[in-house]
Parts: sequence; structure tokens; C-alpha cells
Amino acid sequence: MQIVFDHVDYVYSGGTSFEKHALRDINFKIDKGEFVGLIGHTGSGKSTLIQHMNGLIKATGGKIYYNGEDIYEKNYDMRSLRSKVGLVFQYPEHQLFETTVYKDVNFGPKNLGLDKLEADLRTYEALKMVGIGEELLDASPFELSGGQKRRVAIAGILAMRPEVLILDEPTAGLDPKGRDDILDQIAKLHKESKLTIILVTHSMEDVANYVDRILVMNNGALVMDQDPRNVFARYKELEEIHLAAPQVTYVMNALREKGFPVNTEVTTVTEAKNEIIKRLKI
Amino acid sequence: MIRDITIGQYYPVDSVLHRLDPRVKLNATLLFIISIFLYETFYGYIAVTIFLASIIMLSKVPLKFILKGLKAIIIILLFTSIFNLFLSKGDILFHIGFLKVTKQGLHSALFMGIRLTFLILGSSLMTFTTTPNQLTDGLERLLWPLRRIKVPVHEIAMMMSIALRFIPILLEETDKIMKAQMARGADFESGGVIKRAKGLVPLLVPLFVSAFRRANDLAMAMEARCYRGGEGRTKMKPLHYGRRDMIAYIILLVYFAGVIAIGIYEKYLPYFNFKL
Repeated sequence: MQIVFDHVDYVYSGGTSFEKHALRDINFKIDKGEFVGLIGHTGSGKSTLIQHMNGLIKATGGKIYYNGEDIYEKNYDMRSLRSKVGLVFQYPEHQLFETTVYKDVNFGPKNLGLDKLEADLRTYEALKMVGIGEELLDASPFELSGGQKRRVAIAGILAMRPEVLILDEPTAGLDPKGRDDILDQIAKLHKESKLTIILVTHSMEDVANYVDRILVMNNGALVMDQDPRNVFARYKELEEIHLAAPQVTYVMNALREKGFPVNTEVTTVTEAKNEIIKRLKI
Repeated sequence: MIRDITIGQYYPVDSVLHRLDPRVKLNATLLFIISIFLYETFYGYIAVTIFLASIIMLSKVPLKFILKGLKAIIIILLFTSIFNLFLSKGDILFHIGFLKVTKQGLHSALFMGIRLTFLILGSSLMTFTTTPNQLTDGLERLLWPLRRIKVPVHEIAMMMSIALRFIPILLEETDKIMKAQMARGADFESGGVIKRAKGLVPLLVPLFVSAFRRANDLAMAMEARCYRGGEGRTKMKPLHYGRRDMIAYIILLVYFAGVIAIGIYEKYLPYFNFKL
């Protein structure tokens, strides 16, 4: 078990009128190599939760373990944790600051205290992983397109060679093509580099095709922790917390209600297509 | 860490003070500041203290929260007091090394400390109980007559409200970028002055870029809604004085007259050897 949350609580500005209970008694375990979707409505505590994973926010109650070690232990090396658990914030392109793409991606590995050769190697590797060509190495990151900027920012995290990659709404504000590109690239990383990936989003459509487990949050609490099939089957409950199952779930359920005996457990459009064709041929 | 600065913040509770017209609060703050600096008498300060304490109680803002605001200026406070203590001329009380403490120095150090504390407490109470928008609305109305001498009152008020509105946004943004860079192994805390200053580049560049982007977006949004300055502009919620505000003005005048009266007639009050 790579990441363990044990009764984690977090309260903002305790003791004043701004007090807010952002996380309530969160418990879960994530294994090495898992691809997890973290879903919740705006303000449900997703972003707060993931910032606990690399120690940027300290829980006000409970314990967090990384590879079996308590990260709140006195002598725990927070900086090494941050290099192992890579966190890509929402709109990561807003953190770009260097004069060239190359230098910006190089920032992370340089902070790790690696020698120049190793840092360079990781920089090239990370840029290649996200599909940024060599012709852009010396361009200013501010001249790139939105999608390119975002990929450079993600490369900035990948260049530290993290074991876990957390992405907060990596597709926000991108067009459908940019969205698919990013998600495909992340899926590729998961498959090829065996990274543990946690994908934060409020769109089920985003995760349905990729993840093998979904954590659903509502109002600071973890309300579901199942595979996509079982989560989508509870689409009525999802609606109560202002979320929705993917559209195919609704299509399949509607077909079934009309007396067309399809399996409602399919999660992606391709699966749904095959299922319908299969039934039509009977 | 940045969130610890409470000075100048709005504290959302419902109290009489929160409901007062902002103009009353602006005038009251001005009068209060004048009243602090008017006299240096013991009885006068008792009156000021009682007034301030009752206002704090009326505001329903927790005392702990108010005092937290003082933390930010404690350095200035100590600095002023120490300078006053050691650098005033007069009757020497005792020596510490080459420094000498005089009666007058002790006296002015004490008074300066109290005055500055009261000044900060009084003016931060205004911001605790008034939203930035109300504040600039009030200021705009109070300064309205200055338009006659070509002061762009509306524009100044608009700039102020935008600036005030952007403070929490930029603070939040700073917090976010700081965290994002920390996630990339940036270190904002250790190292010498030069290393730390260099370490701020990854924070400041994105912050400036985002400030300009936001300013641009805002200007665009304002133009899209046909904003063209204050000429002929009306308000959705114009300011009106109510009964509550009149009562507040009366209390304020009684207080001010009281402080002046104490200042003038202090010599008739029981003698208290405060002037050392």
C-alpha cells in the first residue's frame, strides 16, 4: 500500500467565524500502480485532500502514511516526499516563470540537487513524455498555446520522476481535442511508466474511459470508493450530490426501461456501441 | 502563513456597527484619531479606552481576532517606543551603558505606544465592520464636493475598490503559486538573503503575469458593460442616513466633547501624578 489515509480531518481557520470543516474522517488506501479518479462537486474538498498527499497542507486530525511511513513523523523528509508524490495543480500553466521551456522544466530536477547531466536527462525525458518537440525547447513558455503550456507544466512535475502523479482538473479550460490528448498521455504514462495516478475531476465522462477505481467526495466526506461500474450504477445518488454518471449510463438505462434488454453496466461509448449491436443481432 | 494578517480584513458578523452607514464610520474613525492625539492626560485616556472598549464589544468581532492584527505592527510599535525612550532630552532617570533614560522619554514612549495601539485598533475596527465596497462608497460620497475643484472622485473610489477587491485574490494566488512551486521542490524558507531573494523569482513572475491577465480581463468586462467613468452614473444601493446613524453621530459628538472637556478641566480633577 503506497498511500494510506487514516481518519484524516482538516479544519480551515479553526476558532474564527471563517471556520470550515474541509475534510471529515477520510479513510482510504491506494496501491502502487493504481489509476484512481477522485470526483466531487466544486467545494467538496478534492483539492484540499490531494494537497495532504504531498504534505502541503497538514491535517488537523488523523494520520497519513506514504510507503508505510508516517509523514507527520518528526524527522520525515517532506521535500523528498514532494518529489515522490508529484502534484500538478489546477491550471498548472499559471506557475510557469522561466525564460525558456527547457529552463522551466529543469526547475524541479535542479531543486532536487541532481547533477547537471542527470537533471538535463530528466528534463528531456519529461518533455518527450508529454509530447513537446525539441523545436520548442528554447521558446518562451508564455508564447505557447494553452494546451502546450499545460503539457510543459506537467512535464515540470514529471521531470522529478515521481512515483505518484496527482493531477487536479488537468482538462479544465481545454477544448475536446486538447482534453483527449492530455488524458491519453496520462493513460500512456500509467501504462508505460507504471506510475500511480490520481486524477481529480468533476466530470465522470473524463474518467470513465481510463480509471479502474473512483473515489467520490461530497461535503468533505468520502461517500463512495468503488470501481466505475458500481459507482455509475448508483447514478441516482450521484445526482443528489450534484454529480452525474456518464451519458451512456443514462442511455442504457433508458433503453432498458423501454424494454430493450441491454446491460446497463457499460461505462464507455465503445462498450455501449458493442452492447447495442450485440443485442440487435439476436 | 499569509492568512495570518488580519489587519484591514472584513469580519462578517451582524452587529450594530456593521449596519451603520459607512460615512458614519469614516467620520467616527477620523474623530477618534483626532481625539487620541488631542491631549496627553490620564483622564482623557480613560475616556478613550472606555469608548474603544465599548465599540469593540458592540462590533461582536472577537478580541482575539482584533489583537492578532496588532502582531503585524509590533515591530513598528517597539521601534517607536524605544526611540522615544532613549532619544528624548530632559531629566535623566538612569543610565543603561551610554544610553540614558529621561523622565520625558519614558513619558513619551509610553504615550506613543498607547496612541499607536489605539490608532491601529480604532482604524482596523472600521475595516472589520465595513466591507471594502461600502468603504469606497462612503468615501466617494464624503469626497463628492471635491469634484468642484476637478478631483476625479469617482475614479479614485473605483480604483480603490478594485485595489481592495484584488488583495484577497492576489493573496490566494500567491498561496497557490507558492504551493505549486513547493510541489516542484522550491524552497522559500532556508538560505541567506541572496538565495532567498532569488528564490522569490518563481513566485513573483507568475504572480505578475496573473495580475496583468486579471487586470486585462477586468478592464474588458467593464468595457463590455459600457463602463465609462462616473459621469451620470447612479447607484443600485444609494447611501441613506437612518435613525441609527443619527444616534451614532450624537454619541460620537458627546464623546468628542467629553474628551475636550476633560482636556480643558483636567486640572480641577483629583490630581494624579501621571506626568511624572
